[in-house]
Amino acid sequence: MSIQVAGVSKHFGAFEALHDVSLEIAPGELVALLGPSGSGKTTLLRVIAGLEVPDAGRILFNGDDATDRRVQEREVGFVFQHYALFRHMTIFENVAFGLRVRPRALRPGEPEIARRVLRLLKLVQLDWLADRYPHQLSGGQRQRIALARALAIEPKVLLLDEPFGALDAKVRKELRRWLRRLHDEIHLTSVFVTHDQEEALEVADRVVVVNKGRIEQVGTPEEVYDHPATPFVYEFLGNVNVIESEGGRDYVRPHEIEVTAGPQSGSLAALVDHAVKIGPVVRLEVSRRDTGENLEVELPRDRFDRLGVETGAVVWLRPRRSRFFPQSAPHEAKIA
Amino acid sequence: MLFMRRSHSVLPGFGLALGFTLAYLSLLVLIPLSAAFARTFTISWEAFLAHVTAPRVVASLQLSFGAALAAAAVNAVFGLLVAWVLVRYRFPGRRVVDALVDLPFALPTAVAGIALTAIYAGNGWLGEPLLALTGVKVAFTPLGVFVALTFIGLPFVVRTVQPVLEDLEKELEEAAQSLGATPAQTFSRVILPTVMPALLTGFALAFARAVGEYGSVIFIAGNMPLVSEIAPLIIIAKLEQYDYAGATSVAVVMLVASFLLLLLVNLLQWWSRRYAENRD
Repeated sequence: MSIQVAGVSKHFGAFEALHDVSLEIAPGELVALLGPSGSGKTTLLRVIAGLEVPDAGRILFNGDDATDRRVQEREVGFVFQHYALFRHMTIFENVAFGLRVRPRALRPGEPEIARRVLRLLKLVQLDWLADRYPHQLSGGQRQRIALARALAIEPKVLLLDEPFGALDAKVRKELRRWLRRLHDEIHLTSVFVTHDQEEALEVADRVVVVNKGRIEQVGTPEEVYDHPATPFVYEFLGNVNVIESEGGRDYVRPHEIEVTAGPQSGSLAALVDHAVKIGPVVRLEVSRRDTGENLEVELPRDRFDRLGVETGAVVWLRPRRSRFFPQSAPHEAKIA
Repeated sequence: MLFMRRSHSVLPGFGLALGFTLAYLSLLVLIPLSAAFARTFTISWEAFLAHVTAPRVVASLQLSFGAALAAAAVNAVFGLLVAWVLVRYRFPGRRVVDALVDLPFALPTAVAGIALTAIYAGNGWLGEPLLALTGVKVAFTPLGVFVALTFIGLPFVVRTVQPVLEDLEKELEEAAQSLGATPAQTFSRVILPTVMPALLTGFALAFARAVGEYGSVIFIAGNMPLVSEIAPLIIIAKLEQYDYAGATSVAVVMLVASFLLLLLVNLLQWWSRRYAENRD
């Protein structure tokens, strides 16, 4: 099912959480809403789910206006950051909940409920936990159960609010790869919220970068990383050097700076302050000789070894790629 | 779960603490109560039965336990509602309402009894219109006993349920709704089971307090034998007539009945939190 967000605004008191946000999500897509905390990404997700009512704008599912539909009627599966499992019910009953609360005429019979629940538990690879209670499970297991519970109602859309936010780093990585594979299997239109750029770039088909209640950029992970549309996207997705220049600023990624031992055309001299070796890469902290401005450069370990420079040496820098944003009105630099 | 658990605890001294607990409970609870039993055993079984099956005693026990159970049940329902409103809504005067809930705790029970009697009497603020409109008399009837017991039991339910409701994540309700549950289903299948153990505790406390209540009831009850006489009053009356054996007989019946009822509530409570941690 496709989702269309048309001109949605939402205030909480004086705080503007969403400002005239429009977005289209194609059927079967896996989209990440990426932004810092307080950017409005979770509010946008909750408006799509029907858990928040927008002040203005419409939400369309497959072209039908769903704005006035209550959350019960929207057929969305929602997964919460802190799982929100019913702690007085077994895992089986948690997953069966959505089927059991259906009106009698639509409720499947007991054998059918059992069959469906076990199929979902197999899908999330936790069928052996059916008669446990949520508190007996690990965080990663709980989140997979929460996902199975959301899928039990056969939703048209799956919405996940920071689904891996409460998990430790290793489980996070495992679970997000697993989610990607699951999505490739079931092809359900899915939207997930995250503040972790790596997570968004790794898992999503398309990334929506949100900041201060507005969408900064929408694109594939490659597009938003390689061609950031705004200074915010540049700074939020990875490290960036901001170099003051006439009438604006140049944005250069640390790994997109070429380092040489001698001068070249268009290069500038800098002093090496620190060289930090992080596994296969070396991060140089340098300062420009003309302005004293501090810059960060990243280069492969072997390249650095061949260069043969040490702390205190002079190197020459040339950006392989940079992007200029005029000083005033940063939003006008946005690519439509 | 045996008596001793071989693990290091932050505060040592399990043996000492248990010993103190037993001694303390004995001094405060067990010894006075066993004195009541001991006194009863000085009379014969037939005399005991004669005491506790006298029509006045039976009627008063029925009234005491019936009204206390009814009052605790009503408090369980409306106390939950009050706690819900206090936890979930922000309105002007919320702190005042919150403080009002504790008033039945703090008020001397005689004051409560006199105030309730004055209001619910045939010529009182509430009693008069009630009598005129519905013909229902509250003061000096069993209904009056029920009203007084409801009054003094309210804080127990509110104060035990309130913290549990505060801890109840809003996300649980949202999860239930997103799965298609109606508000009624969300309440009965998600919220109520979660607060049930606390609600049962509140019910048990309100009931226990109501069964033994004396001060606030005797004014509004009217104390008519066989109609609106409560069991604690029978005990006092017997004591005033130096009928110690009779008084302790009634007391023993009350004790045993209360203990069995509270035990039942505890079992229910244990069952309703069967899902909780550390039960494997």
